[in-house]
Amino acid sequence: MTRAPVMREALVLGISLLSAMAAGSLLILALGESPAHVYGLLLRSTWGDSYGVGQVLFKSTPLIFTGLSVALAFRAGLFNIGAEGQLMLGGLAAALVGASLPAGAPAALALPLVVLAAALAGAVWGAIPGVLRACFGAHEVINTIMLNFLAAALVLGLGHEVFLPETTHTALVVEGARLPALGLAGSAANLSFILALVAAAAVWFYLARARRGFELRAVGLSPGAAENAGVRVRATWVAAMATAGALAGLVGCNFVLGYKHYFEEGMGRGAGFMGIAVALLGRGHPLGVVLAALLLGTLSHGGMAVNALVPKELVDVLQAVIILAVAASSAALDRGAGRAGQ
Amino acid sequence: MSTTDDAVLALSGVSRAFGAVLANDRVDLRVTRGHVHALVGENGAGKSTLMRVAYGELRADGGEIRLKGELIPRERHSPREAIRRGVGMVHQHFMLVPTLSVVENVVLGREPLRRGLLDLAGPAGALRELSRRFGLEVEPRARVEELSVGERQRVEILRVLWQGCDVLILDEPTAVLAPAEVRRLFGVLADMAASGLAVVLITHKLDEVCALAERVTVMRQGRVVDELDGRVVSAATIARAMVGREVLLRVERGPRGAPPGAATLLRVDGLRVTRGEGTDAVSDLSLVVKAGEIVGLAGVEGNGQRELVEALVGLRPQAAGSISLAGRELSRLGVGERLAAGLGHVPEDRLARGLVLDFSLEENLALGRQGEFCGWFGLDRRRLRVEAIRLLAEGDVRPAEPLACARALSGGNQQKVVMARELSRPAARVLLCAQPTRGVDIGAIEHIHRGILAARGRGVGVLLASADLPELLALSDRVLVMFKGRVAGQLAGAELDAPGAAERLGELMTGAGGAT
Amino acid sequence: MSGFLESLVGFAFWVQVLRISVPYVLAALGGATSERSGVIDLALEGKLLVGAFATAWVADLSQSPWLGALAGAAAGALVALLYGLLVLRWRANQIVVGVAINLLAFGLTRYLLKLAYGSTSSSPPTPGFEGGLAGNPLFWACAALVVVWQPLFSRTRFGLRLRAAGEHPQAAASVGVVVGRVRWAAVTLSGVLAGLGGAWLALDNHGFTAEMSGGRGYIALAAVIMGKWRPAAAALACLLFGFAETCQLHLQAADLGLPTEVIRSLPYLLTMVALAGFIGRSRAPAALGVPEDV
Repeated sequence: MTRAPVMREALVLGISLLSAMAAGSLLILALGESPAHVYGLLLRSTWGDSYGVGQVLFKSTPLIFTGLSVALAFRAGLFNIGAEGQLMLGGLAAALVGASLPAGAPAALALPLVVLAAALAGAVWGAIPGVLRACFGAHEVINTIMLNFLAAALVLGLGHEVFLPETTHTALVVEGARLPALGLAGSAANLSFILALVAAAAVWFYLARARRGFELRAVGLSPGAAENAGVRVRATWVAAMATAGALAGLVGCNFVLGYKHYFEEGMGRGAGFMGIAVALLGRGHPLGVVLAALLLGTLSHGGMAVNALVPKELVDVLQAVIILAVAASSAALDRGAGRAGQ
Repeated sequence: MSTTDDAVLALSGVSRAFGAVLANDRVDLRVTRGHVHALVGENGAGKSTLMRVAYGELRADGGEIRLKGELIPRERHSPREAIRRGVGMVHQHFMLVPTLSVVENVVLGREPLRRGLLDLAGPAGALRELSRRFGLEVEPRARVEELSVGERQRVEILRVLWQGCDVLILDEPTAVLAPAEVRRLFGVLADMAASGLAVVLITHKLDEVCALAERVTVMRQGRVVDELDGRVVSAATIARAMVGREVLLRVERGPRGAPPGAATLLRVDGLRVTRGEGTDAVSDLSLVVKAGEIVGLAGVEGNGQRELVEALVGLRPQAAGSISLAGRELSRLGVGERLAAGLGHVPEDRLARGLVLDFSLEENLALGRQGEFCGWFGLDRRRLRVEAIRLLAEGDVRPAEPLACARALSGGNQQKVVMARELSRPAARVLLCAQPTRGVDIGAIEHIHRGILAARGRGVGVLLASADLPELLALSDRVLVMFKGRVAGQLAGAELDAPGAAERLGELMTGAGGAT
Repeated sequence: MSGFLESLVGFAFWVQVLRISVPYVLAALGGATSERSGVIDLALEGKLLVGAFATAWVADLSQSPWLGALAGAAAGALVALLYGLLVLRWRANQIVVGVAINLLAFGLTRYLLKLAYGSTSSSPPTPGFEGGLAGNPLFWACAALVVVWQPLFSRTRFGLRLRAAGEHPQAAASVGVVVGRVRWAAVTLSGVLAGLGGAWLALDNHGFTAEMSGGRGYIALAAVIMGKWRPAAAALACLLFGFAETCQLHLQAADLGLPTEVIRSLPYLLTMVALAGFIGRSRAPAALGVPEDV
């Protein structure tokens, strides 16, 4: 009874990765390069040395956060297309709070504070579509998209006030608010990666074990039955969106606290949308999300490495193909299973 | 082989299965012009499936379909084909697009054009003409969503008439109608039959059959079990053929009436519940349920039973009145708190409210009890597993597999899961049961009935809303009849065993009782 | 400020409003068509972008804006075909696929840009229609479409079936309407229209720039919602958004120190307000996003 779904998931992933490889090969061949050579170089430049590994972890970290964000909302039956905006505001909040602390603030105090600021800003931005859904029945997809644009406008508008003159970034955060690097051959990988793993574990516990997680899953699968079981459906929607926003907001840790130490316009752009791919590819399971993020992180860094041979935009195409393939093959397999099970 | 020339619709040996369930098993049926032909049977007997096969909506697995004597190949059959050959169907759930106008709905699929554009004026005129001829008044330009249920049904019938039909199939047309509308509809149908149409009426209500049909085909468990002459047959004969068993009416139960000195558990006073549009679904309703008492709730669908039960559980806000459980006021509590206070609810809509279909059985058994299974380290899966195995065994659920997906179970077994859960809550003192055996197989029905009676034996108070009168008569200590959101009357104790109890309930259900 | 007010009454200002609105209007007409048939149209952005690239590329090769526009429409239809294949044939989730198609368009156009022109940012200048707005055939085509589209919905057989398919596909199917075919037609139409919108972008800017759709697809979808899924009202909402964008450009030029982001945010805010039901009841087609399954 439990074997079949595992096989099914494996099949979905197999089909998807193969079709992405195939599409990639076509695009590479179109340039007159050898796919085997390009893929080989891509692998060597990522998992071949510790700098490559570190860069992969660095690129994967935001994807873990946004993947978890999308997956959690999805388990509650909601589409969070708004991770993009949530992570922008999370990053800005972390930078502003981190820069406003006194220079000698101890890390034990400063770090929790800035991390909290990032999560909180994301949570607020995420909660808005949740509230609109709960109170007015307004669909969250359009609202999260609109909020992405609003977040971008907000960052630009606030930028006039908070960016350093003649730049598009904020001041540096204080020493105590910085996350240390993981020390992988000078790569940008930092403690945020560990934080992301902790977040994944927490989400796993929440969904599989916690009472509220159980209720959230019930709401996602059947709001009517959940309501009948005494679950407050609307409150669950708001909570799920706020939590999803908080997870996306934590992306700010990676760039602001762990790498650049300031917030820059355009920081983390695209990670929100990629979160959808990660959540889909990870099949909504936290462990799957981590693995999917590592895979896409590999592509992302590897794309840079092979840029001399093929444009790095190839990676964007491959990521999109993966999403499409996962979406199509899982839907097709679901229908196949439904037919057989009736 | 009999001749099929005079039959406008003839089915022979038609079978149709849904997975392992054989909904139609080699069914023969002949429908001729000029008659009202009733197709009767209990819920799940396969009547609707058979007619949807005839209409081409469902593909037959085997057998022959002939329309006006002509064989229709199974794989070529479709609603379009049926309409083209003069077969029209009025579905139980209306197949109308709410945002379109009446005339748009009528022409949809066979739109007449004038100079490339839709011609709605012509059909609108034709509809007015048809309305007059058959007494089916409805404004062609009105939007369907603004129409009453009765009017929508008229639109469905008008559509079939406009398309030009020889056979009109109606699936449970009276389930949603008020008594006056039912009488009117029957008049129209009789006129149509008299004018040479063949009318097929799917129903499980015997009074309707006797009132209207000249031919009666009785189905049971997917087969035709009897063909009767509606003009001479009695309701009792049809009932026997439909049920084909006495088990349902012969449940083991003690004497009727609450045990002497039983405490009042549920007390409802002056309850008012409004529908979305502000009209009253339940108005000024009062009732009590005592410990160890089963109170039946009868009524034609749409008279407020559903809203009453939902308001009692807290799924629907109440406009006025009070609800108390063993002296504790519930009105201001949420669903979760009411469950904790001792309510249990077997919802009418099992699939949307009763179960999370994609949860495992053990997770479904924890629904509404999730707090009980949560400790410091979250959900105690081991304790849940032990409890689930016990409940599944006691509830005779098959498969008794805690990790099985609820979706994979039959309707009967799904309902057993819901029952087991609602009776398992440690604090459960009052059980609200809405249509507990609708669409459930016979084996499960007996089990569910035994479960309800066992709960009564333990001192649980039960409010049982059901459209199934034999069920109510068999189980209830008292039966309240709802009509237009109020209690129109009640039958208690010996009155329920007296001959003619069902007829008396029927009168009260149509508002003809006059009592209270 | 006074400079801005003066420009408001000027002829050039309103010509600019129209010019800016055209791609929105074309995409919104497409979006309304697709959504009324019950298919969510998040992929508008991708169709605009691919349409724009194809237009610039073909216009550059052929030196003909006509062929360019044709290529834009065809490319939009091609993207729509891919979308239809995924969501209609294979019933994949429409929201997921919509977003992914946009990502695909984003990556693919940049990739092709590099391939065709060796540039990461823009194509070389390409021909466009000369002779201003009044001499632009695409503008008049757009205007004609706005006039024609509402009656297409309300007065034709296709329109009636389209509305039925989006509101109650089972009912439509029960009277013999082939819902899948109606939806395929609607999705393809949306592709052609959005592709033309992309063509406008490329021809009006005399070339392709990476990411030149700049969120216009999403705004067009927002306009569809603002217009309550009615084509004429959606076009009107597009004009409003075009007006806001033109104001923003002029205010920026005037450099008032007033954050132009406020005006830029207007369409997004308005959409959210409309969606919450504050501007009358905005009701989506009942079967929007529901795959056809009888």
